[in-house]
Amino acid sequence: MLFTTSNFIFFIIILTTLYYLIPKRFQWMLLLSASLIFYGIAGTSYLIYISLTIVSTYIATMAIDRIQEAYNTSIKENKDSLTREERKEIKAEMTAKKKLWLVLALVFNFGILALLKYSDFIVSNIYRDFGGFGFVLPLGISFYTFQTMGYLIDVYWGKYRAERNIFKLGLFSSFFPQLIQGPISRFDDLSPSLLAEKDFNWETFSFGVQRILWGYFKKLVIADRLLIAVNTIIRNPDSYQGIYVLLGMFFYGIQLYADFTGGIDIAIGVGQVFGIRLKENFNRPYFSKSITEYWRRWHISLGTWFRDYMFFPISVSKPMIRLSKKIRKNYSNEIGKRVPVYIATLLVWLTTGIWHGAAWNFIVWGLGNGIVILISQELTPLYDKFHRKFDVKDKFYFKLFQVTRTFWLMSFLRTFDCYRDVATTFRMYFSILTVRNLSEVLNGGIMNLGLGMEDYILLAVSILILLMVSLNQRRGAIRVELSKRPVFLSYILFFTLFISIIIFGSYGIGFDQSQFIYSQF
Amino acid sequence: MRRNKTVYIILALLSLGILYLVQQLFMPKYISTIQEGSLVEEYYLEDSNHDVLFIGDCEVFSNVSPITLWERYGISSYIRGSAQQLIWHSYYLLEDALRYEKPQIVVYNVLAMKYNEPQKEAYNRLTLDGMRLSLTKLRAIEASKMEEEGTLSYLLPILRYHSRWNELSLEDLKYIFKKDKVSHNGYLMRVDTKPVGYLPRERRLADYQFGDRSYDYLDRITKLCKENDIELILIKSPSVYPHWYDQWDEQMVDYAEKNDIEYINFLDYVDVMGIDYENDTYDGGLHLNLKGAEKFTNYLGSILRDSYGLPDHREDVELRAIWDKKIDFYYDMKAKQEEELRMYGYLKSVGEAAQKIDE
Amino acid sequence: MDIILELLEDLHPEVDFEQCNTLIDDKILDSFDIVSLVTDLSEEFDISIAAEELTPENFNSAKAIYEMVERLVD
Repeated sequence: MLFTTSNFIFFIIILTTLYYLIPKRFQWMLLLSASLIFYGIAGTSYLIYISLTIVSTYIATMAIDRIQEAYNTSIKENKDSLTREERKEIKAEMTAKKKLWLVLALVFNFGILALLKYSDFIVSNIYRDFGGFGFVLPLGISFYTFQTMGYLIDVYWGKYRAERNIFKLGLFSSFFPQLIQGPISRFDDLSPSLLAEKDFNWETFSFGVQRILWGYFKKLVIADRLLIAVNTIIRNPDSYQGIYVLLGMFFYGIQLYADFTGGIDIAIGVGQVFGIRLKENFNRPYFSKSITEYWRRWHISLGTWFRDYMFFPISVSKPMIRLSKKIRKNYSNEIGKRVPVYIATLLVWLTTGIWHGAAWNFIVWGLGNGIVILISQELTPLYDKFHRKFDVKDKFYFKLFQVTRTFWLMSFLRTFDCYRDVATTFRMYFSILTVRNLSEVLNGGIMNLGLGMEDYILLAVSILILLMVSLNQRRGAIRVELSKRPVFLSYILFFTLFISIIIFGSYGIGFDQSQFIYSQF
Repeated sequence: MRRNKTVYIILALLSLGILYLVQQLFMPKYISTIQEGSLVEEYYLEDSNHDVLFIGDCEVFSNVSPITLWERYGISSYIRGSAQQLIWHSYYLLEDALRYEKPQIVVYNVLAMKYNEPQKEAYNRLTLDGMRLSLTKLRAIEASKMEEEGTLSYLLPILRYHSRWNELSLEDLKYIFKKDKVSHNGYLMRVDTKPVGYLPRERRLADYQFGDRSYDYLDRITKLCKENDIELILIKSPSVYPHWYDQWDEQMVDYAEKNDIEYINFLDYVDVMGIDYENDTYDGGLHLNLKGAEKFTNYLGSILRDSYGLPDHREDVELRAIWDKKIDFYYDMKAKQEEELRMYGYLKSVGEAAQKIDE
Repeated sequence: MDIILELLEDLHPEVDFEQCNTLIDDKILDSFDIVSLVTDLSEEFDISIAAEELTPENFNSAKAIYEMVERLVD
């Protein structure tokens, strides 16, 4: 069920009504049933895969927990009778046992993901004419696998005890708003509000509804409309080169932002309607002044997942530290220090690319980001020198320059997302320099992308609203501000928003008078 | 606290009101163009009953003139027609009409038997949007829906027509609540002429048998009429295109015989009716113009009076008053259209689009 | 403690590490800084800092880092 269907809206309305009518202790069970139904509607066979993940994780985490507890009690009891050596040995043994469970569960679950998502890609790169295994990708498998494995690793690290109720764990893994575009939550962060008993709170509920409306506005009025033009450009690379490529990048940047943040708004808003707090996944990323900052503000939950569960573990792992030491001793201190960071960064970005999709252009995209980040790391001393010489750091025009530069840099990288293979992407980049069609584009070319003048005006107005809202949000949540004003103001604003979505949303069958003219019958 | 509650209730009602207004604004009005869209809803404006109900596609709403039927024979009638009306549309429109009246005769044009599947989303809307909300309408929607359509968009048509936002016109505002009539008891008048020219050669079909779905609904229409003591007459209207195959004609003859109802193929009586395709059609033979329609109706009326004994209501004072107004409207429009023809060479009021015919 | 402060100042000379206790929350130290610190700390104090130690609690201030190191030395 996509967010932008009437089925989904009915689903939420019915679910919300039930949620606040039933006895509070059943609320989380209702959410679990709803999530499984939601999942089952997408595909009944998918339920098997997510169940495998939940069950395997449950078994592994209970085992890890048990081993840890047994160790803790036996250490406590025998504190005095054991030597330091013996304690270390028992600890190592315990850790090894825990690690076995960890590794088994990780391999099993990432294995499922790899098999379903990547086997076609891998095999078809070896055998050119491979037709494909025909695996269907379960809904949200990348999201729920990562979310559940994060939980597994946290339990292994002893951050918190394992959840003893497999159904509560099941709800955490399968909570439906997250399955489509995230965010990827942490267990200690999400489960308190997810599992708690809730009373109906008008303020939280209406904030949730307002957030959902805002999300639909971004998705239906801006993103789905702009998508028409974006698709025209990227699906016909031979016809739309030169300036069109830049135009496509620009449009895609806005479209992806509106679609992704809109989807997250809906997810978080839906959570809020149930009194559940999902973490923010975006922090006005297009105001970032550097690529590193961008990745702290865009798809935050994915970034932090990779940082905590991949980047840090790799870069401070014993082998890496040893390698670093060796290089520092035998070659250069500078290089030695960099090695863990560089290797970890590239691996993380390679994986990030792969996470997004099973194709070479995602891999190139991922590595591209990683390399640019490392380059900008290397350039830091140069930048520092520049800023010591020229005092522009806090000047508006310089910040504007940095924001614009970051936007275009990310837009260029993101183009690998668009064209379906790497070769075409490079060809399109090249055409920006070689194909001179600015005048064609300005003299009506832009009207041939599937959007008319009214659409562009509508987009301009909507994006302006979006920009103003973003600028305003730096001072704090707008809904909170509004709630302090008379009710009529919120009502007018959000009802207008609602009507705008109904009227201007890009959904349904378009009205084309020519369809109604009967040809002959 | 109580004050807050009233505020919310007021706001809720206000919201519903505004949504209703917006929906009314966005519905296409079908007045200056695509007038077929107004046909189905104009039926509900009638304030008297009808002895004859015509049901079917453009071959009834373009070829039959209820005013002629009244003027010559005093027979009251209505045409529940619509653009490319499919047989399930017809069945449900009949069921819908029977909620308001019980005619003596139902005349059904069988051209639509050739369509066993839903055809075009736009024509679904032209036929169904005008129906009043009822269980019948819901059943009609379910029966007619194409893959990309959703029932919700029929119950809340704003969901279908919201994309008209960039082409709303003054007409949408002018007729937001009440519309002017465009038809004469379901007849769309055309006084212009375009003689039959080149007609594509009839193609041989692989299979002439009408589909199961068509027969199923024809059975239902037959049954509905029998149950309500209504005489059903199946006809083939005298349009020369699309081609009416002999094999199709045979099936209808057989069907009529088996079900003890009458089937008349008026293409056989073109000469008797005096219809001449040089002057009596406005689009090269697909539909008759006013002259042709009156000729056809005249002949049809004599059958209805003689073989079916339909009464002459011209003495009824009440009905006379109602129909006199209709007659005035009819001849006013005739004069207006003829004036337009003189001034512009084409019928401006019917809209540019209706002038283009796909050959 | 001094060693820790020295390492921190090497990374960001403009920051007052004695006072600040929102090094992670305010993004003064980024992921690269942390890794750099960890390599240095593990060298200086001959400890191994596992990934699960890399939390805001342990790195938000010089003092927190010091306490973590103390714990791991044991």
